[in-house]
Parts: sequence; structure tokens; C-alpha cells
Amino acid sequence: MIPSNFEFVRAGSVDEALSALTEHGDEAKLIAGGHSLLPLMKLRLAVPGVLIDVARLTDLSYVKVDGDEVAIGATTRHFELNTSQVAKDEVPLLAHVAGLVGDPQVRHRGTIGGTVAHADSASDVPTALLALDAKLIAQGPKGKREIAIADFYLGFFETVLEPDEMLVEVRVPKLGSSVGWGYEKFVRRENDWPIVAVAAVDGKVAMANMAGTVIRASATEQALSSGASIEDAAASAAEGTSPSSDMHADADYRQHLARLLTKRALHTAASA
Amino acid sequence: MQVSMTVNGQSRTDDVEPRLLLVHYLREVVGLRATNIGCDTTSCGACTVIVDGLTVKSCTVLAAQADGSEVTTLEGLSGKDGAMHPVPAAFHSEHGLQCGFCTPGMVMASIGLLKDNPHPTDREVREGLEGNLCRCTGYHNIVKAVLKAAEAGAAAGTVGASEVSA
Repeated sequence: MIPSNFEFVRAGSVDEALSALTEHGDEAKLIAGGHSLLPLMKLRLAVPGVLIDVARLTDLSYVKVDGDEVAIGATTRHFELNTSQVAKDEVPLLAHVAGLVGDPQVRHRGTIGGTVAHADSASDVPTALLALDAKLIAQGPKGKREIAIADFYLGFFETVLEPDEMLVEVRVPKLGSSVGWGYEKFVRRENDWPIVAVAAVDGKVAMANMAGTVIRASATEQALSSGASIEDAAASAAEGTSPSSDMHADADYRQHLARLLTKRALHTAASA
Repeated sequence: MQVSMTVNGQSRTDDVEPRLLLVHYLREVVGLRATNIGCDTTSCGACTVIVDGLTVKSCTVLAAQADGSEVTTLEGLSGKDGAMHPVPAAFHSEHGLQCGFCTPGMVMASIGLLKDNPHPTDREVREGLEGNLCRCTGYHNIVKAVLKAAEAGAAAGTVGASEVSA
């Protein structure tokens, strides 16, 4: 399968990427690892006229402590996040989940900025970031702005990023190793997208593939904060969700998985 | 557009379409046909090659993205004296293949795995090869081959002068 024709622009800096975005407008897509975008382009489900390569912006590749947060540059690859000692020490949930994306070859290419901006509701890393209340830093012609991840996703493949903005950094609270966490991912093959996945950390619960975007299990969180047992809180994980049905699972089964995986993730988090 | 890269130690520059995939570049422009195209959907790993020390699926990388990189394919593994690299040698001695279609990708992925984890357990080999499918289901001997190759030490996780990472 071969993608449709496009123009390839190599950005040497964030400013170059932004001016290319401004110049080409809706025609243009940023590409970092390309492991979500290229498969769509090969199927001609995405037909961008211009690809702007930001993978070489190595100044955006870092995982570092900044005050009481961990800052992760947008072009940081999954394997770098997975093996980062800073991530393992300060935000182990995220380091762990980065190691569950695809397979080793995919993790060598895919980036945190790419998976966050791609906005597939079945993505592992955004699910963990939602449970962590991550802040996303976008940069555009007018400068930088901070967006709470809870406000970032509008729908399937849709975010609040403007056409001339790019994601440059992801920030998560420095939790250290004493805060319990759990991540449960249900797949048929090890390197697949989750059929459903649940991240639990610090009383917060986020789910993948239960709606058009990654979502929080609000009813479960409320139950937990009012002192409910894990069993009782997890029983309401699917409340208010209307997941899709597909060849992997129908909606009822996804809701069952949401309850079950939430229970397991909360138990894991509580046993830390 | 022009792309320049080093393939198996030889640097070259070619004029390509931006949409040319790295696997097609390697097979059709460079003429190295060991790298197979299996599923063409980033699933099966038959097209695995090593780019700047990292295993990648070359059906999901543009040649343009690999510009300036150092690429190693199965053909680049033999030493100057023609000696077999420890990993393909172990696939040979342990009969780590049936039809052989997945083998080039399995070998390259195994080298990456052994660089990161020179003494893997059986389970760690299976997990490390999660991105590579054998449709003959000949996994047992593939795992045996990787464990056998590990006995060769650091050379098993190395290609030429450059080290790789899984």
C-alpha cells in the first residue's frame, strides 16, 4: 500500500514547523514517528498534501524534573519514556504504559506528542495522561498556551489544537514511587490497541476506547471519594458510557471490561 | 526529493518520491531484497531493519524520514571475511525457521533484543519478539535460536561497528 502524493517539509526548528503550518494550513499534517499517521495514509484514510517532519527536533526530546512536575518533550519516543530513570522514579505509571504501546519497533518510532495529538481514544499513553491530569503545552504563532488534558479532546481524532499550533511539551505531576497506580489493558494480541484499558492513580480513573475520546470514570471517582469500597466503586465504571461495537467487542462487553479492569487497576493501585 | 543515507556501511544519495516507503527504497532502489514485505500494516515485523541503532518496521517509515540515517539490513550482517553473524548462525543451527519468510525480520529484531538484554530468559525472548509474527507458528525454535545466539555475548547484539538497541 502506497500513500497518496504529498510534499515533504523537514522542519529544523519549532519556528520552521509553525511557519510551514501557517503557510500550508489545512493541507498540512505534522509527522513525528508517523506510526499512527502513515498507516492511515497508506489506506488513503488520510490524504495530507504536505507532511511537516518534526522528528528531528531533538531539543523537544527530553524527560526532566521541573519543580513539582515532570516535563516531557513532544518528540520523546515511547521507548525513551519507558526507559527513562526520571519517569520510572517520578511517574512510574507513565513509564510503564509507554512500554505497552505496540511493540519494540513501534516504540522506537512513536512519540508522546504524536500519540497525544493524534487523539485516538484507544491509545494507552493519553489514557495514563488523563488519569494523571496532565497539562499540554501548545505553541503557535502567538506563543505558548497550556491546555488541561481534560479540555484537549473534542472527539475521535479531534482536539482543540488550532491548525497553526503544535504540541511541544507534556507535563505531569511528580508523584514519586509511594503513590499507588494500576494499568489494565485488554487485548487479543500483545501488540494491539487496547479493546479497553483502564489507568488508576491517586483516586483518579481513566479509560481507553469507551467513548470517542479517552474519558474519566467519573462515577467511580465520586464513589471512591465518598468512601466506597473498590468493588462498589468499580461497579459504576461504565456509567454514562456508550462505547462502540466492533469486531473485537460489542458495547455490553466493553462495559463489562471497564468494570472488571477498573476493579483490577484499583486493587493494584491500593496494594502499592 | 533527494535522500542520503548509509545502507550497510555504504553511503548513497538517491532521488525519490516523498511517499516512497523505506522498505521499497531498500528493495527496489538499493536492490537489497532480503527485507520482506509481509502484512504491510506494521503488524508482522517481516520488514524489520535497524535505523540508527534501533529496530524499526520499514513498511511504516518513509525513505525521507530515514534521510541522514545509518540503515542495516540482513545483507549487512556478514563480516568482511564472510563469517556469519551469531544471530543468523543460531537460526541456522537451531533451525529457527520453517518457510523462512519472517526470518529476515526475526533476525534483525533478535539483534535489537540481545543488545538491550544480552542474557534473556525464554519469556523475555518471547516478549521481545512481540512485534514479529511467524505464520508457520515456528516460535519454539526461533526462541531457541535467540537463546543460543546469546551465548555469543556482545557480538550477538551488534551490527558491524554500530551497536543497536531493542
